[in-house]
Amino acid sequence: MKKFINEPGNLEMETARGMALAKPHILRQLPGCNVMVRQNKKTDRVALVFGCGSGHEPAPNGYVGYGMLDAGIPGKLFSSPTPDMLLKGIKEVQNDAGVLCIIVNYTGDVLNFRMAMEMAQTEGIAVESVIIADDVATQKTKSVGRRGLAGVLLVMKIAGAEAEMGSDLYRVKEVAEWAASGLRTIGVACRPCIIPSDGEPSFELGETEMEIGMGLHGEPGVLRCDMMSAKDTVHQMLDLILLDCNYENSEVVVLINGLGGTPPMELYVINECIHEYLSEQGIKIYDTMIGNFMTSLEMGGFSISLMRLDPHLKALYDAAAVTSIIRR
Amino acid sequence: MTGKEFMLAALEAISHSIIEHEEHLNHLDNAIGDGDHGTNMARFSRIILSDLPELSAGNGDLGEILHHIGMRCITEIGGAAGPLFGKFFLQASISNIGNTSMDAANWVLAFDDGTMGVSLIGRSTEGEKTMLDALFPAVRAMQEKLEEGLSLPEIFLAGATAAENGVEFTKTISANKGRAAYIGQRSIGHQDPGATTVMLMLQALHKTAIEMNVK
Repeated sequence: MKKFINEPGNLEMETARGMALAKPHILRQLPGCNVMVRQNKKTDRVALVFGCGSGHEPAPNGYVGYGMLDAGIPGKLFSSPTPDMLLKGIKEVQNDAGVLCIIVNYTGDVLNFRMAMEMAQTEGIAVESVIIADDVATQKTKSVGRRGLAGVLLVMKIAGAEAEMGSDLYRVKEVAEWAASGLRTIGVACRPCIIPSDGEPSFELGETEMEIGMGLHGEPGVLRCDMMSAKDTVHQMLDLILLDCNYENSEVVVLINGLGGTPPMELYVINECIHEYLSEQGIKIYDTMIGNFMTSLEMGGFSISLMRLDPHLKALYDAAAVTSIIRR
Repeated sequence: MTGKEFMLAALEAISHSIIEHEEHLNHLDNAIGDGDHGTNMARFSRIILSDLPELSAGNGDLGEILHHIGMRCITEIGGAAGPLFGKFFLQASISNIGNTSMDAANWVLAFDDGTMGVSLIGRSTEGEKTMLDALFPAVRAMQEKLEEGLSLPEIFLAGATAAENGVEFTKTISANKGRAAYIGQRSIGHQDPGATTVMLMLQALHKTAIEMNVK
């Protein structure tokens, strides 16, 4: 294992401190933990809270700031933040307008948030949640629902902008759910990441193999096969999305998310393939975001998200945001 | 009737049993989940062991001890098991706040409350291949023995036996909740790690009740 780290046990905390040090005018780290909040606390706007395991940097804290999140709460590596930490974040940012928790659909995340929300409610805090389940590689018929993937980033952007407008808690939740209803994501992995605590790969994949639909933590996907060209890979992936959701004649935002081990160069190659294929299908692309937004350490692979836009969502997507990662 | 001494001895026995089964629980979880249930439960158990002297020096409020364990579950276990086991102990603590002793009825009520708490927070019930497949049958068996007027060791034995059967039952069904739900039918044949932990807890409770000869 070749990693530029110090003590593996301190990794999560050192990551949070490093991120806070880089943007002191945006981020404030709560003492003794890696919960991060906005420097300028909202007083009469719905506060947005998001948490996920560490190892997905720059999520969650790269999205804390004006127009997006009010609190970001990372857990231990690939593990949901615990209710006490979530509660700490919720209490720090709560105000009379209430709190909306954005949750990616993993059992651990959902249960930890549910418990934190119960605790917050007992303390008289108005708190609601929206669960993001955008992964088309998993079945929506299952009682657990689909997994959540990088598409959550787009929902944070939309909900954050709606909250800044001064909408009430139920309106912000409704808009977030509306955005999520037109959101689909599919991932592909070609190389595992190495878990720093034991130096072991997070899953096994043959030297020439890739797996479409594999989750952010190596969860099984829908198709394991030999490596294909960017073009063929994109076609396979988009077909899974388009089979699931009809985007014909729609205008969409495309989010191409690198998992940490696939270089930007390849993501741009992938982007051209996506644009070609979607235009053939009569789908109009309003904007494309390309980068490592929600990684899995150095995992090789990427995901494609499509989110349908209407005039209101378009305005929210374009609205100002100032976080470490998103600025417009 | 049991007091602080029994509670702490039982917690110690439970912690040792979980630590002893760390690899086994990881192995079970590896087949249908992410393979860290043993590691997470053992980390929590080691913390409980280190908490025992402080709990022993405390005022002996058994509800407070159960509440403390619940909070430790929440902050130390992580994953889905943290809130689930946490909710179990927190709910179990409620009817015992202020109690420095617990009789058989208190114990069965604590298990019943705890199980309902898990069911509520997990939005789940029996037959979904979860810890509830050990908990619900155990509560029913213990209630039955309580009504028959049996002693605590016999009640815990009935609970442990029902949990063992529950664990066996989880091998025959496919998962409908948690990470294992994504592999669906392929989860058949594997026993649920969470239910196994519940079984270990009840077995340790029974063993402690025999050793300490509680009534």
